[in-house]
Amino acid sequence: MSTNKEAWGSRIGLILAMSGNAVGLGNFLRFPVQAVQNGGGAFIIPYLICFLLLGIPLLFVEWAIGRYGGRYGHHTTPFAMERMGKSSLWKYIGVFGIFSNIAIAAYYCYIESWTLSYTMHSAMGSFRGLNQHEVAGFFTNYLDLSTTTTGLPFEAIIFFLLCMVLNTWVLSRGLSGGVEKMAKIGMPLLIFFAIFLAIKGITLRAGQENAVNSGLVGLNFLWTPHYDSLLNPKVWLAAAGQIFFTLSLGQGSVQCFASYVKKKDDIALNAMSAGWMNEFVEVVLGASVIIPISIGYLGIDKVIELTGLGGLGLGFRTMPFLFQQWGPALAAMAGIAFFGLLFFAGITSSLAMGTPILSFMMDEFNWSRKNAALVFGGAVTLLGLPTVFFFQQGVLDEYDYWAGTVSLVVFAMLEMIMFSWVFGMKKGWREITAGSDIRVPTIYKFIIKWVTPFILIIVFFGSLVRPAGDEWTKVSLTSWPLHRESIIGQLIHKDIGPNSSWIARAFYAESECIVDSIYIENGKTVIQADSPDHLTSVTYILRKGNEPAVRVGDHLQAGDELYTGRVYNRVLYLNVARVLLLSLFAFSAFLVYKASRRRKKHAHHPLKTTAS
Amino acid sequence: MNTSALIFMVLAQVTITAIMLTFLIRAMRAKKRPEPDSYSDNDEEEE
Repeated sequence: MSTNKEAWGSRIGLILAMSGNAVGLGNFLRFPVQAVQNGGGAFIIPYLICFLLLGIPLLFVEWAIGRYGGRYGHHTTPFAMERMGKSSLWKYIGVFGIFSNIAIAAYYCYIESWTLSYTMHSAMGSFRGLNQHEVAGFFTNYLDLSTTTTGLPFEAIIFFLLCMVLNTWVLSRGLSGGVEKMAKIGMPLLIFFAIFLAIKGITLRAGQENAVNSGLVGLNFLWTPHYDSLLNPKVWLAAAGQIFFTLSLGQGSVQCFASYVKKKDDIALNAMSAGWMNEFVEVVLGASVIIPISIGYLGIDKVIELTGLGGLGLGFRTMPFLFQQWGPALAAMAGIAFFGLLFFAGITSSLAMGTPILSFMMDEFNWSRKNAALVFGGAVTLLGLPTVFFFQQGVLDEYDYWAGTVSLVVFAMLEMIMFSWVFGMKKGWREITAGSDIRVPTIYKFIIKWVTPFILIIVFFGSLVRPAGDEWTKVSLTSWPLHRESIIGQLIHKDIGPNSSWIARAFYAESECIVDSIYIENGKTVIQADSPDHLTSVTYILRKGNEPAVRVGDHLQAGDELYTGRVYNRVLYLNVARVLLLSLFAFSAFLVYKASRRRKKHAHHPLKTTAS
Repeated sequence: MNTSALIFMVLAQVTITAIMLTFLIRAMRAKKRPEPDSYSDNDEEEE
C-alpha cells in the first residue's frame, strides 16, 4: 500500500538530523532570556533536573513510539498511537502530530525567512552607519509590507516564499538526500558560527570598539546564581517549558524520524546523543553569544529592559547594530555568522516539521515524495500568509501560543499516558531498550511511568490556571486571578481592554496615556502616546478613513476615544487565526479518518512494512 | 566574574560538553549491526 521507501543514510546523519530538529532559534534567543529572567546561574539547576526527569524520558518514549510504528509501516503518530493504544480513538490524539507540524511550520518559516533576509542584508552592508534606533526601525519597516528595505516590493513576502521554496525543494529530495544532507551541512556550520561569535563576545574588552563592559560582565550577569529563585514555582515551570520546547517534544517529528530505524538498531544511545547535543548548543553556545555581546555594548539595565520584550527583539532589533561596532568587514562576517546560524537552526527544524506530513501522505495515500512536498509547501504557505500580512495584529503570536505551545504540552501529556499506562511499561521498556548500545538506567522505568506523566500534568494544569503575576503563593480557591497568558486567560481574551468588539467605529485608549505627537509617515497618520511617567510609549498607525480624535498633549484615560472611523480590532484577527487553526485540526482529523477507511478497505491485502 | 558565577558556568558547560562527547563518540564507535540495518550508505559495502 505504502510508497514510502525512505531510509537514513548513516547513523551520524540521523543524530545530526534529530539534533537539528531540536536545535532551533530558541537555543540562541529564548534560553539566555529565560535564564536572565529566572534566577541567572541558579536556573541551570531546575533546567537540568527537568532535562533528566522530563526531557530524557520523553525522548526515550517518542523514539520508541516512532520505531514501534515504523515496524508496521506507520511513520506518523496517528496510526502508531492507534496500534500502541489498541483503540481507534488514539489515532485522533495522534492527529496532533500532523496538525502541530503544519501549524508551527506556517509561522516558523516566516521567522526563518527573516534570518535569510538578515544574512543577505549583513552581507550587503545594509546596517552600515545606522544608529541603534535606525536598526530597530529597519526591522519594523521590514515587517511593514508597504515599505521596503532593498527596493524590492513586498520584501518580507518574497523572502517568505523563497524560504518555502527552499524547504519544499530539500524535502522533495527525500530523507537521506535532503533532510539528512542539510543537517550534515547545517549543524557543523551552525556550531562553527556560534563558536566564532562566542569567542568574539567573551573576549570583548571595555573601552575597545565602543564597548562599555567586557564580555565577562555579561557572563557574570547571566551565571550569577540567585538561590531564592529556586523556591519560586514560576522558575520551575519556566525550566520545564524551556526543556520541553528546546527538544521539539510533543510535536510528532521525533517519532517520524525514529520510525525509519529498525527494531534491532539502537534508539537509546541515539536519543542521548541528539538530546545532549541540543543541550551543548543551548547551554554552552547559546548562553555565550547574545548576552555577553549585548551587555558589552548596552549595559545591564538596557539588556534587562530588552529581554523583557523577548529574544526575537534582541536578535533582530539590536544585534545588527552591535556588530557594526566591530568595523565593516567584521560586522558583515558577524552578521552572516549570527543570522546564518539562526537560519540553519531554523531550517533543520522546519524540515523536521515537513517530514511527518510527507510520510503521512506517502504512507496513507500513496503519494509521490515530490507531490507530497509540493502540497506541504503550498499548505504551509497558505496558512503562513496571515502571519505575514497580519503580524502586527498578533496572528503569529496566536499561532505560536495554540499550536507551538498548548498543543505540544497536551499531546506530550497524552502520549506519555498512552505509552506508560495503556501500552504498558513492561512492553514500553522492552521497546526503549531493544537493540540498545547503552544500558538505560532502570530508574527510568519508574520515572517514565510515574514522574514524567505527573510533571506533564502539573505543567498542563499550571499553564491552564497560571495566576496573575505568577504569584502562586498568594492564590486560594476563593481568589485565583488568572494570568492573561494562562490557557483560560487566552481563551477568554483576558485583559483585552476597551477594544473588545471585532469591528468598531472608534479606537479607544487601552491605558492611561498622554498624546506625545501626531504626524504623517509613509502617507499614514501616526499617533504616539506616552505613559504618564514617560517611560513607555505606544505608536498607533491609522488606516485610511481613520481620523485622530485627540490633540498633542491630551491626557487620556483607558477607554477614551483615540481615533474615529471603521476599526478592525486585534481580537478579530486573533479569532480568525483560531478558526484557521481549528479548521486545520479538523481537516487533519478528516484525513486520518479517510486514511483509516482506506486501510480497512485494503485490509485483505498484506501491508507493506519496513520489516525489521 | 564572581566565584559562584564562574563555578556554575564552568561546571554546567564542562559537564554538558563531556556528556555530549561521550555519547556521540560511543554512538560513532558502536559495533555495526549486520545488514539489513537502518542505514543505506553502507548497503553496498556490506553486500
